[in-house]
Amino acid sequence: MNSDKLIIGGHEFNSRFILGSGKYSMKLIEAAVKDAGAEIITLAVRRANTKENESILDYIPKGITLLPNTSGARNAEEAVRIARLARALGCGNFVKIEIMRDSKYLLPDNVETVKATEILAKEGFVVMPYMYPDLNTARDLVNAGAASVMPLASPIGSNKGLATKEFIQILIDEIDLPIIVDAGIGRPSQACEAMEMGAAAIMANTALATAGDLPMMASAFKQAIEAGRKAYLAGLGRVLTRGASASDPLTGFLRD
Amino acid sequence: MVRVNGEEKDIAGKTLAEYLTAANYDMKRIAVEHNGDIVAVARYGETVLMDGDGIEIVSFVGGG
Repeated sequence: MNSDKLIIGGHEFNSRFILGSGKYSMKLIEAAVKDAGAEIITLAVRRANTKENESILDYIPKGITLLPNTSGARNAEEAVRIARLARALGCGNFVKIEIMRDSKYLLPDNVETVKATEILAKEGFVVMPYMYPDLNTARDLVNAGAASVMPLASPIGSNKGLATKEFIQILIDEIDLPIIVDAGIGRPSQACEAMEMGAAAIMANTALATAGDLPMMASAFKQAIEAGRKAYLAGLGRVLTRGASASDPLTGFLRD
Repeated sequence: MVRVNGEEKDIAGKTLAEYLTAANYDMKRIAVEHNGDIVAVARYGETVLMDGDGIEIVSFVGGG
């Protein structure tokens, strides 16, 4: 599997698990890096607090690629502003665009996301837009210069799995960029299924953060993602539309 | 008065570097916007805060 790299904006990664750090603790980051093998961790940008002595950066080992997001942005303009500030924080030029107008379902605004992608890609960012899985939007994102497309599997934080499976499959089949399934993946089996479908990577936070045994769940996700990737590369066996197909020889039976 | 992260502060006349040091910010971990424009770290010392200015000081937190 060593030659099978995940390439985003010219950067190579061995791991196909991305950690969201919304619900974070030392334990989560340690488990995600050590047990799930995460090489990319997302961060958010917020007003700095002088009294805050600890920084999430203290928990993240060197060598991890930081993926700042634009959470809190309600439109393209706000997302662009947050992205620029994130880059000024001096941790690289990756950005995950996250634009939400609604705080109940936290669904991404595809139109504003395309706008922000276009502006930031021109400014040299490696742009990874979080989006509602829609083929037309995904094509617009490609044209706007996105480095990957990150469709949601089900509502953020819900752990409900691949509710949008059919539409993510269309993106995988039609879009020539890494499709990273983000939001809603709650179980290793769901991560595995997305990878079998041809997803390039899985991003998760709540699935680990709310698990009983965090390191064990991180390790389960690693195995599931690797198994799914292997199955995809191997090519899944065919499915019959009807009937059965013998898997034993149909000759030489012990009867007259 | 200067509006810092939404709060009015009586720091007009100070440089950005002076304010950030006095307020105990970790300069390596923040980014600063002055009247809507990002200020390069090298310019903190020469950026004088004027009455009516607005600054935003941000850092990374868990998210995502």
